[in-house]
Amino acid sequence: MNIKDLSDEILFTPGHTACAGCGAPPIVRNIMKIFGKDTIIYTPANCLLVFGGTYPYLAWKVPYFHEAFENTGACISGVARALRKQGKKTLVVGIAGDGGTYDIGIQALSGAAERNEDVIYICYDNEAYMNTGIQRSGSTPYGAATTTTPAGTKIPGKLDHKKDMAEIMRAHEVPYVATMSIAHQRDFLEKAKKARDVEGFRYLHIISPCPTGWRFDPSLTIEMSRKAVDSGMWTLFEAEYGEITNIYKPKKKIPVKEYLMGQGRFRHFTPEMVEELQRWVDHKWKRIYGEEP
Amino acid sequence: MGWTTVKSALPPGRYFLQGDEACAEGAIAAGCNFYAGYPITPAGEILLRMCHRFAELRERGEHRVFIQMEDEIGSIAACIGASWAGAKAMTATSGPGFSLMLENIGYAIGTETPVVIVDVQRAGPTTGQATRPAQGDVMQARFGAHGDYEIIVLSPWSVAEMYTETIRAFNLAERFRVPVILLADEAVGHLRESIDIPPEVKIYNRAKPKDREPPFGGAEVPPMPAFGEGHKLLVTGSTHDEWGYRRTVSPEAQATLVGRLVGKIARHRGEICAVEERFCEGELDVLVIAYGFTARSALAAVKMARAEGIAAGLLRLKTLWPFPAEAVRSLAGHSRRMLVAEMNQGQMLREVQRLVPQAQGHNRTDGEVIEPKELFDKIYKISII
Repeated sequence: MNIKDLSDEILFTPGHTACAGCGAPPIVRNIMKIFGKDTIIYTPANCLLVFGGTYPYLAWKVPYFHEAFENTGACISGVARALRKQGKKTLVVGIAGDGGTYDIGIQALSGAAERNEDVIYICYDNEAYMNTGIQRSGSTPYGAATTTTPAGTKIPGKLDHKKDMAEIMRAHEVPYVATMSIAHQRDFLEKAKKARDVEGFRYLHIISPCPTGWRFDPSLTIEMSRKAVDSGMWTLFEAEYGEITNIYKPKKKIPVKEYLMGQGRFRHFTPEMVEELQRWVDHKWKRIYGEEP
Repeated sequence: MGWTTVKSALPPGRYFLQGDEACAEGAIAAGCNFYAGYPITPAGEILLRMCHRFAELRERGEHRVFIQMEDEIGSIAACIGASWAGAKAMTATSGPGFSLMLENIGYAIGTETPVVIVDVQRAGPTTGQATRPAQGDVMQARFGAHGDYEIIVLSPWSVAEMYTETIRAFNLAERFRVPVILLADEAVGHLRESIDIPPEVKIYNRAKPKDREPPFGGAEVPPMPAFGEGHKLLVTGSTHDEWGYRRTVSPEAQATLVGRLVGKIARHRGEICAVEERFCEGELDVLVIAYGFTARSALAAVKMARAEGIAAGLLRLKTLWPFPAEAVRSLAGHSRRMLVAEMNQGQMLREVQRLVPQAQGHNRTDGEVIEPKELFDKIYKISII
């Protein structure tokens, strides 16, 4: 995959109303360059719907369907089955946030994966309900401050760790699961291309830094994505039918503290909390890379 | 057990609050000690206030549980579970979430589980306009769950009533062992105005069984045991007898259960139905019936009409269901015209027309509130016919 060979056609256009530094627009703009025009996009309630799907700032140049919150997996199942029956190969893509994936949408998602529907499901993961006012989600990392897990003197942010959604999807043994980051563009595009070309259920999970909710300088979105990967807070891998086939290993693992710095949601972290998050990261690192960090 | 007077959770005095915040404070005052919810506009501020205030109260040693659930189905189900563990539970949502809750609202009716559900209505159907007011869930609140039942639905019109009617919702839920729906709207939920918090609050706590008292029969509203209190307790969504045993093919058990679920509310309409009459003395040219935020505009319109020499009055429904038929019927006798104003296509109008077929509606479903002037124009128009 050579980036300069990419189509110049922009299917997710500028002029939408996303916050400065939002991770979602570069994610969908890049992914649409791979998916192309013969694509239908489904989204439930999320920021992407609001900033990219509202008149007169509609950013999509492909058919676009906004459905109810809890059923992205089921909606794309229905449209894909009906299209395939007519012999149409149109790519059917659901794009949900972490709330719509980890929490309210997991039942429909799991059903679609188990039935191996011929669809692509994308989770753009900004680690909280940013659209309704930064409430915690099943994806919010340990200790992060959100409006419903505020950092107080007794309870310092969210007490639970982030749910490993990509592993849950890998356990469905579907044709393709990939985790991605926009800081790793070539890897990102190659995975998108693979997802486009595989048949059956495909799950793409992309970390999407949110300057508003994470409280960091909006010019550092790509850097946040990179640090998430380099620290092990986010891992890039591919899995086919449940088997991991490719893992990206950072050249140099940075301490999780380096990722936390510069993000307001972690500002209250004590050394013990940093240690707890590091322990979680190291444990995951060992599980994924099969070696001591 | 029964009625008791408790100190307000907030220090008494005048506050400047948002409707959603006042609702949370009302719940806390009423003794709500369990909140499970899911973020949704325009009810999100209730979730947030409960989250933060419960944390404060826990600091003072109180047992108050807040959970952000994975969706609205989980929210109402957790509340039902908590209620059976003896808690006073509440959840708050708006249209899409309310739709998801309906099966479990029916479950709470069938299992006679006290729980308070706040629906801060927004413009629908479906996602609609999340930040715009509507009163489109009136019939859904009444008939949304399947099967035959009676339910209690209240409609606050001010920030002060977001406080007092939430307390009343808890009291009625505990008194009748029934889910009670506080049917607010975005305009009231996001309204900010001053509110006087009294030093004391009158609250009702559910009756507890003595030895060998059946939890699902015997009395009209049976006493409610909780898990962990030593009772052999069976709770089922299936038709059950007075001890909670599943009786899925017994005509008698089905008829008895439904009869009691309906009767325990219907027979106490006098205690449940609350209305406010303004300028309703004597013969009326036009009686306006309104509820929720719309009643504020209706009151202003009635005053404008009075200033023009039209004998207009306002009947404000604080209880929507059971429908306050007696109040409507008694005023119908001396009202020449009747006008039902609401932010929907005539949901309550239909109910009023069951009693007064010639009643007319003034409806708005564009996501804007009904304004006094437009309502005055309508009053004027029908008063001269």
